[in-house]
Amino acid sequence: MRAALTVAHLTLAEARRRRILAAAALLGTAFVLLFALGFHFVARDVRSQASPVQQRFILSFVVLAALYAANFLIVMTSVLVTIDTLAGEIGSGVIETLCTKPVPRWQVALGKWLGCLAILALYASLLCGGVLLAARLVAGYTPPNVARGLPLLLLEGTVLLTLALLGGTRLSTLANGVTVFGLYGLAFIGGWMEQIGTIAGNAPARYIGIAASLLVPSESLWQLAAHYMQPAIMRDLGITPFSPNSVPSPLMVAWAAGYVLVTLALALRLFRTRDL
Amino acid sequence: MGELALEAQALRKDFGAKAAVRDLTLSVPRGEVFGFLGPNGAGKTTSIKMLLGLVHPSSGRGRLLGAAIGRPRARARVGYLPEHFAFHEWLRGRELLRFHGRLLGLGGPALESQIDGLLRRVELLEASERCLREYSKGMKQRVGLAQALLGEPELVFLDEPTSGLDPLGRRLVRDVIHELKARGTTVFLNSHLLSEVEITCDRVAFVKDGRVVRELTLGQTERELEVELRLERTSPAILAGLAGFGRDLRAEGEVVRLRVEGEGRLPELSRWLAAQGVGLYHLAAGRRTLEDVFMEVVG
Repeated sequence: MRAALTVAHLTLAEARRRRILAAAALLGTAFVLLFALGFHFVARDVRSQASPVQQRFILSFVVLAALYAANFLIVMTSVLVTIDTLAGEIGSGVIETLCTKPVPRWQVALGKWLGCLAILALYASLLCGGVLLAARLVAGYTPPNVARGLPLLLLEGTVLLTLALLGGTRLSTLANGVTVFGLYGLAFIGGWMEQIGTIAGNAPARYIGIAASLLVPSESLWQLAAHYMQPAIMRDLGITPFSPNSVPSPLMVAWAAGYVLVTLALALRLFRTRDL
Repeated sequence: MGELALEAQALRKDFGAKAAVRDLTLSVPRGEVFGFLGPNGAGKTTSIKMLLGLVHPSSGRGRLLGAAIGRPRARARVGYLPEHFAFHEWLRGRELLRFHGRLLGLGGPALESQIDGLLRRVELLEASERCLREYSKGMKQRVGLAQALLGEPELVFLDEPTSGLDPLGRRLVRDVIHELKARGTTVFLNSHLLSEVEITCDRVAFVKDGRVVRELTLGQTERELEVELRLERTSPAILAGLAGFGRDLRAEGEVVRLRVEGEGRLPELSRWLAAQGVGLYHLAAGRRTLEDVFMEVVG
């Protein structure tokens, strides 16, 4: 594992030196500050005009909206930091002197995965942690079940990050990006089909959605996280876009975790067996 | 510890229907500077990549320093400078070597002092804190060479190491190869610069259409002379007599060319012609260069 950790360290150093971390930190902080400012004004009005139940409803809705935006940024960043990490170095030939060192080739790919995962964890912590801290400081509000919900957002990013690593073992950077975002799109539309199918009582639409979620379990993880992190009243009413009518099974978490492990194992194998 | 640094038996690589390497069979003893020659597209780089585990052979076997190719252990004491050395351009020279050193399992003060020594050897000590993207082509090649020498390898693959280097840089590479040889390191050199190969290598192999077609110990070429004669007249009997002095006789009118073993044959040849009553207007003898052999073998 020594080589994997060395490569992970290099991947992090690259993100720092090429100002990827600086850009993410700067704009992530701007995101949190903008949210805090908007949330401050919303909370001020809500406190003076709404009942306690309404207050809780509105504050929860705004925090979930911010987490939804954070979730989207986490997904994008997961893919963007990973699509080039193997594909780019294979294309440029940089990988050749790495893979002729006396280390198992799979450790090089694992190191890349660990490095990208560390970047994702830092970024997700900044965005989600910032939103939750701002909500707490500004209005004293914390969504329920944060400890259950936030790891699901990290897992969602990890699903897409691992898919991007897998694609990078065989595809060029651009083809990899198009493929992974395309898969994310399938999961996204699948998630909506599942919800619409449930509302309309249309079983085929719902099953198509579930099948898409099994193929790429990203959107269903967000829906499960959103389900956990809202007050029971919002969940029961199901009247906001963040209140899934068809709540993904908790088994979906196990499926997604297994999906990450299998995808990672496949990526390491494909990288090991390819010609460089 | 075997006596061979490298051995390959019938290594073959197919890319789809095309065979990039048909039959790579060769052995290189430890301590030898071995030249690997052939025209573009002959399969040289694919051969090196197979030996280093970058490309998986379709069939055949090979060993580096006694370990089967493809296994990390086979690369434990092996250095490699690829033909187009690419690296993380955002790193500084010293950082690049530190990173590669860590992949070799090195670290601490021992690695730092080794890096200092290598940077000094390739004349990049002063530029070691500069970003690699600011390096000239020659500097990049030299830092790549330093990278290949990390960990004091027992076998070093150099794929076109003088590519992009000025005469001073080429001289530096040549000196480094001599130092490696003096230390007992085996060098596997792929180069198009035959004059360089001629002065650095002990032995060469010629590759054509993915096959090793000839191996040659350098020094053999130096003894053989290419002789050109212009005679008053020729006849089948004269040509048959001349053929006895050497090999590969060719005649175009009154101009006759042949190869002879050593200068000692020349006076005998001129006396024999005089004895036959044939006037000798011109006699020129020159050593055959590696380029002559290259043209003969792969041309």
